[in-house]
Order: sequence, then structure tokens, then C-alpha cells
Amino acid sequence: MMKLDINGAQHEIDEDPDTPLLYVLRNNLALNGAKYGCGLGQCGACTVLVDGEAVFSCLIPILLLESKRVTTVEGLGTIENPGPLQRAFIEEQAAQCGYCIPGMMMRAQALLQKNARPSDADIRKALAPNLCRCGTHVRILRAVRRAVALMQSASMAPAGEGRGQ
Amino acid sequence: MTSAITRRHVLAGTGALIVSFCSSSRLLAQQGPAAAGNAPPLPGSLKTSPFLDSWIRVDADGRITILTGKCELGQGIKTALLQIAAEQLDAPFASLKLITADTAVTANEGFTAGSHSMQDSGTAIMHAAAQVRAILIGEAAARWGVPPETFKTQDGAVVAADGRHLTYGALVADQLLHVEAQPRSSLKHPTFFKVMGKPIPRVDIPAKLTGGAAYVQDVRPPGMVHARIVRPPGYGASLANVDTAAVEKMPGVLKVVRDGNFLAVVAEREFQAIKAMRRLAAAARWDEKASLPDPSNLPATIMALPAQSTAILDRRQRAVSGGKTLQATYTRPYQVHGSIGPSCAVALLENDGLTVWTHTQGVYPDRQAIAEMLKLAPDRVRCIHAEGSGCYGHNGADDAAADAALIARAFRGRPVRVQWMREQEHAWEPFGPAMVSKVAAVLDDKANIVDWDYAVWSNTHTMRPGGAGALLAAQHMAQPFAAPPPKPIPQPEGGGDRNAIPLYRLPSARVTHHFVPQMPLRVSALRALGAYMNVFSIESFVDELAQAAGADPVEFRLRHLDDARAKDVVALASQRFGWDSFRSERDRGRGFAFARYKNLAAYCAIAAEVQVEHESGRARLVRAVAALDAGQAVNPDGLVNQVEGAIIQSTSWTLYESVSFDQRRITSIDWSTYPILRFDAVPDSVEVHVIDRPGQPFLGSGEAGQGPAAAAIANAIADATGKRLRDLPLTRQRIKAAIGV
Repeated sequence: MMKLDINGAQHEIDEDPDTPLLYVLRNNLALNGAKYGCGLGQCGACTVLVDGEAVFSCLIPILLLESKRVTTVEGLGTIENPGPLQRAFIEEQAAQCGYCIPGMMMRAQALLQKNARPSDADIRKALAPNLCRCGTHVRILRAVRRAVALMQSASMAPAGEGRGQ
Repeated sequence: MTSAITRRHVLAGTGALIVSFCSSSRLLAQQGPAAAGNAPPLPGSLKTSPFLDSWIRVDADGRITILTGKCELGQGIKTALLQIAAEQLDAPFASLKLITADTAVTANEGFTAGSHSMQDSGTAIMHAAAQVRAILIGEAAARWGVPPETFKTQDGAVVAADGRHLTYGALVADQLLHVEAQPRSSLKHPTFFKVMGKPIPRVDIPAKLTGGAAYVQDVRPPGMVHARIVRPPGYGASLANVDTAAVEKMPGVLKVVRDGNFLAVVAEREFQAIKAMRRLAAAARWDEKASLPDPSNLPATIMALPAQSTAILDRRQRAVSGGKTLQATYTRPYQVHGSIGPSCAVALLENDGLTVWTHTQGVYPDRQAIAEMLKLAPDRVRCIHAEGSGCYGHNGADDAAADAALIARAFRGRPVRVQWMREQEHAWEPFGPAMVSKVAAVLDDKANIVDWDYAVWSNTHTMRPGGAGALLAAQHMAQPFAAPPPKPIPQPEGGGDRNAIPLYRLPSARVTHHFVPQMPLRVSALRALGAYMNVFSIESFVDELAQAAGADPVEFRLRHLDDARAKDVVALASQRFGWDSFRSERDRGRGFAFARYKNLAAYCAIAAEVQVEHESGRARLVRAVAALDAGQAVNPDGLVNQVEGAIIQSTSWTLYESVSFDQRRITSIDWSTYPILRFDAVPDSVEVHVIDRPGQPFLGSGEAGQGPAAAAIANAIADATGKRLRDLPLTRQRIKAAIGV
């Protein structure tokens, strides 16, 4: 039995310790946000935050996660009450198939928690590990810039964790 | 029930907001003589599913459900179809429910492919909604004994001049909507549109951004088990032997399924299935064959294969003397769909009925193929579409559905989820075919094209199911189904010859399609099919001709175009780009390209600015400006999103992508061996300008941008470097070699 902190809630997980976090999120907890894309750390569809850092949940086994805080896209807000990053992506209609987008948002969230005023180059560099095949990149960049503005104008800290970590 | 008022009366006069408006004559004109008869054909997919309640259902409690046989593939079709229905029904957009492709519920609309959804399903729903609305007005008129012309409709209700109103729910009765559609509808005039033509936010996006269940990967029926496939190492390999004993003893493993060369493992939990798959793969012994061609000489290989040659345009005149002749050869490699989410399906066999949740593009053809594979009656199989990651054509979706079905037969009673691994998707999906084109043309002394001779060599661009033989699992079974003989897709849409006929005025021209049946690698439909290669070739060559003529590339195109809508997109893209004021420099150039997709769908022109890094040869698309005419624009932002995506996807295909293989195996099996565009290469800006044509037929737009984007980039590289590259992809190595650094 492993104890995991996912989006601020404690979960007892009955799973082999070598199981990558992705499968626990999706199958044990029915959290759909993180996606299987490659299982190799090449595409970023599975990206979540672990103690504020963006990680590939398809690679990291749960045995490394005890006493760490995991944040998924479900931790950024809900469909009824979306967080600023989610709002920004909705307002920019920054999705086609949408499969890669939660991973993109978590990568952006990690950036914005460290750097509240990133440059365009900062955003591109932060998102570089993540692939989109529909070609939604221009909207994704626009959505992250909109999220920066939303967070600043409302002085809203990104959900989940404090700014400036 | 409708007393003295007949349907004919009802459809004739339908209220104040409505102007009698019929698009069927235009549709008829587009379809050419084959469709012309005494009775006008029904619009869109009403032709094959004429009953109105196949498309629109109204419950007594007022709930309205729209049904479509097409699938959401990330192209935003759900939202656009709901906009059409809300507009023509006069029902609140947010109140409508939509059911997409499901063999138990929706009409059979074949495949969601070829940029046909708006033309087929959108047109059907538009007319069905208008006719349902008219029937409801007729029903109200009958009940109140008032002429139908005095009614209007709003917010899902029929309203009389004196203010009395009845909701649609109150008006429906048993079979009121179970009637066949009429060829003509009283469509709302575009002037009065409130929902169509507006950038309504996509209905599917919020759930996708907040972790809602949105994909087939998120389908988890109770009791579901996890399966993984062990594929052969290469196309021709056969399973010599496999000792499954150790795998069967692994924790959580429920069953190893073997049927000929089909090998799979079922486990209680997903990571258990993955570990068991790895152990099973290590235990399997395969006999491999060296069946693949020499990759270093691919174009020659393709041209040397037997071909069925057809002149799809043959009005060549006597050879022109005294002109300037140019010729060129272009090539394209095999390329992958490369869905970010590998294919997945869930299947459940119980009580002699099979249910498959699949991200197929065609639930009915997939059902047919799976039923044949399992020797079940098709009505015992239900295929329900659930979204996958974007597919861009025929990827592994149908094969994954077949895998799940075959395993479910061996594991009755519990839902079986099959998830392909990354390397399986890359190695086993049917690729976009490698192609070769050759073109020669003559310019007269006034810089006009006076002769044109174009030929394209290609495999088929559709090996989609219909029969079981199209499915990998069926090919791998102990009693295998043979892959069906490949067929070309006939003109006017075409497959390898899609867009092989230029839209330009050519007084003397021949276009030849060399259809190559034999397929060295597994291929099928990749977004835009042959149009990607043909438009790349034609629009590159038109630039070469313009240069030889000393003409501006945009002016040269306009000079050879007669179609006013084509000229409009060319003019708009060049103007918004600032074509005339652009100054090229060493390593920074501009390029232009145009096509009308399939010569009958959306018009698209693209201007591109490209920077070439001189030392490395690396090209980057800096900026692209597109103009699009897709007829009546239902959701302008949806069109913009599609074309932005087409440009960036095509940029990736064009600059980076080719399948690699040796004589036994596909060797591009992940994102490091098959690199695609990442954020560092994303353009600074992509602009898409939509020319709306209210009241005109919908023109498919999802594949309009890929060909023009490729050629615009190639032309910009030529402008930046002075070197013409004709072999895709335009990699930094090729550019570097061309500029001789």
C-alpha cells in the first residue's frame, strides 16, 4: 500500500511500487487528464507536477512519490470553475483533438509558478518537451500568454501551489 | 393528424423570417450530370438516410437530439453541426444534444474523411432541421386552425401572431417526424442567422481541459481488463514458437491469446499487461523475411513497379514550337499519421453480441470488417465511436478495434481494453504513400504556359476496412484474411491523383496517373492524400515557370486563373502578407502557393516567409498568411483552427518527416527516430483569413492547407537560397548540401 498526495488529497494505492504514476492516475483514480502518448518521455502528453516540477508520469514509478505532492490538470480547476490556465485555453480555443493539451497546461503551470512574467522564448523553451500533432501550437502559445495576463490582472496565484517556488 | 394541411403546404410556407431558399439546384450543379434526373436528389446524406428522425428527434418533454453518422476527430464537427441544427430549428444552441457515429443509433454515413462532413452531414442536418421546423409549424397550424404563414418559431417553440405558443415537445407525437425528407427545404436566409456563421466556442473543449472523460482511452466499463499485443517484428514475419508458460504465471496475467501470428496478453491491471507483453515479446521466436525495398533508392523502386496508367486529363495539342521548355521531378517519402495517443479500443463480447468502442473514422465499415473476421452477423456487432487522439486519416484505429474484438472473443464476459504502444503505432499504422511526380511545361514568348504534361506514380490512398482483410488482426490469424486488392479512388476526388489536375488555364495539357497496386510498405489514407504531393509538385513547378518567365509568382498565378473565387484567395493572401513590399535577402525569402482542394472543395492560398540558417541549412517557417474560401462558413474560428493546424502539420511533414526502414523492419518507431516539429520551430505567426460566402454550399476545409503550405515553404526556401529542392522532406542536410556550405 502506497500513500500518494494527488491534488491535495491523500490516496492509499494498492499497486506494485514500480508502476508508473500515469497508470495509477488513470486506472486507480480515474483521473483522465494525464495521457499515455509514448511511455518514453518523448512527447509530454503524460506531464504532471511533482512538487512543482513538470515530470513525465509515464516514466516515474510511484515508489519515488511518497511524501511528494502530485498535481494533475484536475488540480487546476473544474469544468464548472476552471482555473486561470484552463480559462485561458478555453478562451483561446486552444485545442483541436485536445489530447496533448493537459500535458501542455501542466508544463506551462510549472513555468508560471517559477516565472510569473515569462518571455515568448521562455514559453517556447518550457513547452519544448511536449508534442502536438494537430498543429495547435500558435494557439497554445497564445493561451499561455493569456494565462499570464489573467493571473496578473486578477492577482490570482496558480492553483495548487504558491508562486515563485 | 395534420388534418387538411398537407406536408406539401407546410413546406411551402413557413413563417415570416423565412425566405424560400433552396440549395439543391446548386448541389445538383456541383454533382454533374450523373446526379441529374427528373426528381432532384435529396441533399447531403439525406440521399442515403432520408427519414428526418434519423437526424433529429424531439421528445415529448422538449429535449431535442441531433444525430450524425460522422465522428468528432478534433476538427470541431460537433459544434458546427449543432450550430446548423440550432439555426434551422430555431432552438437554443445549448439545449441541443448530439449523438455521433454509433451503429445502433445513427445513420450510416460511411467514413468521416475527405473533408466531407459538412458537405454530407452538415447539409443533411441543415435540411432536416428546416423540414422538422416546418412540420412543427404545420402541426401547430392544424391544432389551432390558423394558416402556417402566420407563425414564427423561436427558442424551441412555435409562436402564433396573437402570442400563443407551443413548445416543439408539446407538438410532437408518435411518428410525426418519421417521414422522408423532401428534396427542397425552406432554409433560413443567411441574413437572419444568429448561430451559424458565428465563432461559437467548441462544445467539447472544456471537458478536454479539465480531465473529463473525452476519449476512447477514458472508457472504463465495470470489470474491464487490460490487453497488449505482441506484434511481429516486421511485415512478413511469422511466429515460429513461443513458450507462454512463464508469462501465464506472472502476477495479474489472465490469459495469453494466440491465433496464428496474432499474439496478445490479457491482465487484470494495465502495467501488469505491459510487463507481460515485454516478457512475451522476449519469449516469441519469429521467422523474418527481407521483404522491404532498398530505402536508398525508393523513387526508382516505385516507378519500376507495374503500374496501371490512366490519362485523367487528355487534351494535349500539337507540340508547341519555339517556346521555353522546363521539366522537373519531385519525390515524397512514406510519412506517418503520428497520432499523439496511440490507437486504443475496448471490446465486450457477451450474450452473443459484441460491442466495440473505437476511434475508427467509420463505425459501419469497421463493424462489417469485424463481423466478417469473427464470422458474426453484422447486426450482432455494435461499433460506438469514442474520440481518439487526432488521426489525420487512417491510422491504427480500425486495427486496434479488431485487436480488441479478437481478444474479447477469447475472453468473453469482461470488457477488454487494448492500448497500442508507441512503437506499434509508428511501425504498424498504414503510412501515407511514397510518391513520385514528373512534369514538363512550355512557356511562350509572352510568359504564358502553353503546354503541360504531368505524371504521378503512387500506391492506393485507401486500404480502409470494408472487408476483414484490411485489418491487421485478421491478416495475422491462423486462418488469415487476405488484404483486399488495392484500388485507386476515381476522379474527380482521386487518390494518388488527387489535385493532380491544376486549376490553371492550360490550353494544352495531359495528366497521367500511374497507379501502382503493389505496396512495399503498408499504406492508406493520410490527410489530403495525393493532394499534398501533387500540390507541392505543381505549385513548386509553377514557381519555377514564373522564375523562368521573369514574372512575379503571384501575378503569374493570377494570369493563369479564371475562377473568380480562386483569384480572390490568391489576392487576399498576397495582400495580407504584404507580398509586393516584401524584400528578400540572403537566407530569408517568401513563397506562395494555391490550390482548391480536390478541385471541388475549399480554396486556399498561402504566403510564407522562411528563414534559412546558413551554417546548418535548417529552414524555419517564420510567418504564414492564408486565405480560405470554404463557402458558407458555419464556424469561422473552427475554419481558422483547421487551417492553422494544416499549415503547422504540413510544415512538419515538409521539413522533417520520412519513415525509415531496412529490408526487414520499419526503423522509425518513436519520436526520436521519427522527429516532428517542436515548439522551437513554431512560426512567429500564422494568420488565416476566411472569405465567407453566405448561402453557398459548404466546402470541406480540413485538408485544404497541407499542399499549399508545403509548396509555399519550398518556394520560400528557393527564394531565400536560390536553390530549388524537389525531394521531400526539405531537411537541413538537403538544404545544406544544396547551398554548398
